[in-house]
Order: sequence, then C-alpha cells, then structure tokens
Amino acid sequence: MARTAVRGRLTWQTATVGSVTDETPQVRTLSLEVADWPGHRAGQHVDVRLTADDGYQAERAYSIASAPGEPLAITVERLDDGEVSPYLTEELQPGDFLEVRGPIGGYFVWEPDFGGPLMLLAGGSGVVPLRAMLRYQGLVGSSVPVRLLYSSRSWEDVIYRAELDSLSDGVEVTYALTRSQPPGWTGYARRVDQPMLAEVAWPATQQPLAYVCGPTSFVEAVASGLVALGYPAGRVRTERFGATGQ
Amino acid sequence: MKALDDYALDGNAIGGLLIEVFGTEMTTATGTCASCGAVRQVAELVVYRSALGTVVRCRSCDAVLMTFVHIHGVTCVDLQGLASLA
Repeated sequence: MARTAVRGRLTWQTATVGSVTDETPQVRTLSLEVADWPGHRAGQHVDVRLTADDGYQAERAYSIASAPGEPLAITVERLDDGEVSPYLTEELQPGDFLEVRGPIGGYFVWEPDFGGPLMLLAGGSGVVPLRAMLRYQGLVGSSVPVRLLYSSRSWEDVIYRAELDSLSDGVEVTYALTRSQPPGWTGYARRVDQPMLAEVAWPATQQPLAYVCGPTSFVEAVASGLVALGYPAGRVRTERFGATGQ
Repeated sequence: MKALDDYALDGNAIGGLLIEVFGTEMTTATGTCASCGAVRQVAELVVYRSALGTVVRCRSCDAVLMTFVHIHGVTCVDLQGLASLA
C-alpha cells in the first residue's frame, strides 16, 4: 500500500537530455531520460521547471511528442519573449539536466478503443500531442481512419514534415499555410475556416472523434466550426496553448 | 497587442497543479459553476496563469471558479466559485 501511495504522487524528477533534434528553425525535440518513468498516454504532457541562480522558478507544460511505449520526448517551440522555451531550444545540450513531473492529463488523450474516424486539427506546435496519437495509432496497427488538418505559417514551419509525409495510407494529411507558400503550392493558403472544415473534416454522420490543439484563437474557431458541422461538443476535445504567435 | 482571451489557456494546462492540490488527476472531473450552473469538465474551463497565481473561470458566464496563489512554498486555494467539483 505504501508503494502505491508514493507512486500516485506527482513529484519533480531529474531528466537527462538524451538527443536534441531540430525540427524547424524555431522548434526542437528533446528526448528525456527519467529514471522509473511510469509510461504515458498519447496526448498527455509534462510540466518542466527551470530554477535560476537566484532561486526564481518558471514552470511550463509541454506536450509529450512520443507514443506510449516510446522513450519520453517533448517538442518545444521557441517563443522569442518566452522565459523557458529559449533555454530549452538554444542552450540545452545532450547530457544536461532538467526538472520534469508527469505524465499529466486524462482528458486530451487518445486510446485505440475510443473508435470513430479520428479528426486531428493542429495549429502550429499544437501538432505535438497529435503526433503522439499518430505514432501510437501506427504502432498498435489501429485500423481507425485518420485525417489531420494542420495549419502552419509556412512550409518551413511545418513540424515533423518528413514523418507526416511517410504516414500509412490510412492517414490523410492536409496542410493550410497561412502566411507564405512555396512556389507551385496548390493546397490551402489561408487560416482554417468553415468552408475548409466542411471540405476536410469527416462528416458528422460518421461519428468522428476530434482533437483540436493549438493557439487559443485557433482552437476556439475550429472547435465551434466542428460543432456547427454537427459534431457533438462531447466528441470535440480541445487543448489551448494560449498566444503562441501562430 | 493581443486580446486578453488570446492568452487564456484551459484546464489541461493546470493538470499538474491540480494533482499537487487534490492528489489525483482532476482534468476529467466535473465542475459546476455556482453563478450560472454550467457543468463542464475541468479541462474545458478557462485558465489564466501569471507569476501571481492561477485564475480559473467559467466558459459560459466568465465567473471566477477557482484561484490558486503560491506564497512561500504554500499553495492557497479558493474554490468558492464552484457549486460542486466531482
């Protein structure tokens, strides 16, 4: 019993940075080694805490980028006026230490037996927890059909581009590039709006399950758009990152 | 300048804080607003975080439901805006 009680508590642990991968000029993935990591669910996050020399502490939540069963990894977007992300994306090196606690969250998570066609909608770095779901869906060999609508400022800002290009046939990826597009771009060149949702999202009659993640304004617009298309509010799960400049 | 609402997070962001306070995962718990009676999962509530503390508001009527303030390593919790949390 005592062991159960201790395991249930959320405590700060020391993570060792394993590898560092640049995803885009602004975004970096950190693999983290944590002793006795209990495992996580697709869509969960960890809290990261930094302590300055004078004792000042800053805490942020970062979505877990890896699938359940894979080593812990987070993907971090650098916010130029951020307190935490510039350190994580520019200073931190393999072998450095970081304080983390988690895994956290029971609402914005996906399990293969949740059913439905899966409708994933990402704004900018909101793609991170959805990537964990996509990897998990592939790892477990789930037959649930998936569509991802991913809004990004430009082609260069698309996170996990190579991985998203190589997904299985059961996954359809649609990009919306809001600020600039490469020459010859024939895809969407605007923010996600109602006509786009009507074209890309699974029809509500197929009883889809939707996950929406990104800047708050993106999530508000997309979630209400899905409900307007007939998605029951309870089948639209949301996670808001605040104002991340997307 | 972005509108205040652009900085609003949701209850997912305070999952760790809530485990710290309540000792268990709370983002899937259901909160009832004492002002308007709206019933929502904690993950769906509106959350503002600052260096001073955390304010949780009702998504329907904007009433303050919960506040959390950290002072000298102690977390002070005010849940008076909630009729229930289960």
